[in-house]
Order: sequence, then structure tokens, then C-alpha cells
Amino acid sequence: MADVREALMSGRNSEGARVRRPLSPHLQVYRPQITSTLSILHRVAGVALAAGTLLFVWWLAAAASSDAAFALAAAFMGSVVGWVVIAGFTLALWYHFCNGLRHLWWDIGRGFELTEVHATGKLVVGASVVLTVLTLIAGVAAR
Amino acid sequence: MSNPTHSQQAAIMRSMLGRARGLGSAKSGTGHWWGQRLTAVALVPLGIWFVVGAIAHAGATRAGIEHWISGPMTATLMLALIACLFQHMQLGLQVVIEDYVHGESCRVATLLAMKAATALLAILAALSVLKMALAG
Repeated sequence: MADVREALMSGRNSEGARVRRPLSPHLQVYRPQITSTLSILHRVAGVALAAGTLLFVWWLAAAASSDAAFALAAAFMGSVVGWVVIAGFTLALWYHFCNGLRHLWWDIGRGFELTEVHATGKLVVGASVVLTVLTLIAGVAAR
Repeated sequence: MSNPTHSQQAAIMRSMLGRARGLGSAKSGTGHWWGQRLTAVALVPLGIWFVVGAIAHAGATRAGIEHWISGPMTATLMLALIACLFQHMQLGLQVVIEDYVHGESCRVATLLAMKAATALLAILAALSVLKMALAG
């Protein structure tokens, strides 16, 4: 049986022919802007961090298990692939952290002017890159 | 005049708000919204604390990590971090799934699988911390 909501999708085009009306919004017709790009990046970073928790839990469980289990986890994190994953995780973490603070700022009703939204957006991108580089340098120096 | 029937009485007694409540697409939302913000605020200091601690213990041996995590203060903050992190992650992934997975049965199945996975990861992480903290 057809979905009753299909009735709402029935329409006519400019020539009068029956068409199935398109769904809105069409994200692909909009020019990417700093607002929309940073918004979807917040979600992408969040999902990446969720995947990254697998590494966090592996590291914790290995430390609680045995020297051999920990050596395996440490060897992965010390490998080239491990470094790329940790670097990506660090960038996702700082971006989600900084943009999360931006969201909390909005939640208390501040920073909604377009100029402020653009300024805080650029600040978030700059701060997350700087914090990522500093974190990775500190991590290498501490080894 | 005869007494109103049960349904008529219900129509009179229930406010407009009472009838509208729970009829949205997600049936509820305030608790979810607030939980996401509360855990986000808690994760600000906990996240900074963990990153600093992780940098300080980069390249440490298992014994070094165990010594760090088994301290009562560290173990307490680690458990708080794990609780907030996985709660925040579950709430966030729930919204992503609700937005992108269409079809009732597929969506419910994905949500249940995600909730089970995040719960198991949280238990494993917490148990690992407790094992190190209580063994020392």
C-alpha cells in the first residue's frame, strides 16, 4: 500500500505535467559557507571521536590486562598508521572541543550576530589547528 | 442533562499543552538536549585534564600507566570522564542515526546496536580503571 504522505508529494511542473515534487532543502544547490561547513564538521568530528574511543578503550583495557596486551597496543600507537590515527583524533578532539565551546556560548544566548558567528568560526579553526600542533609536539617531546 | 462520558470528560480535563505533549516526531527532547549540554560542560575540564595526563604519560610503560591511573584522584576523574564521555557520545550518535537512517525498523535496530556498543565500551573502560585502582 502506498504511503499516505505520498499525496503531499504530488505536484505539477511549469508545463502542467504531473511530477513528484522534490524534497527540500537541496543542500547541493547552496554555496558552502563558513557557517554550514563548520556545522557539519562538528558532527563529522564527533563521529570520528566516537570511532576513536575504540583506541582509548583498547589502551585502557590493555593497561589493565597484561604487559603483552599493552605492548601490542603501544606498538600500534607507535606505528605510522597509529600516529596518523592519533594525529587525526587529536585534530577532531580540539575542533569538537573549541566548536563545542562556541555552541555553549550560543546556548547562553551570545554571539548570534553574523559578524560574530564568522569571527568565532575562524577563531575555532585557528585555535584547533594550533592546539593540535602543540599537543602533538608536547606528546613527542614527552616520549 | 446526562453525565459526560469518560472520553468527553478527558477532553474537558486535559489542557491543550497536555494533549500536544509527546506528539512530536521524537516524543521527547528536553532531557536529551539538557543531557548533551551537561556532559559537554563536564567534559571541558575533564578533557583538558586527560589530554595533559596523556601527554605526560606518552611512551610510558604499562607499570607507569597503571601507577598513574590507580591513584584515587586519577581513578575518580577517569571514571567521571568515562561516564560523561560515553553518555555524550551516545546522545550525539543517537541524533546522527535519527537524522540519516530512514525506515522505522532499520533505525530502531541501528539505535539499539549503537546503544549496546557504547554501553559495553563504557563498562569495559570503567572496569579497566577499577581493576587497576583496586589491585594497587
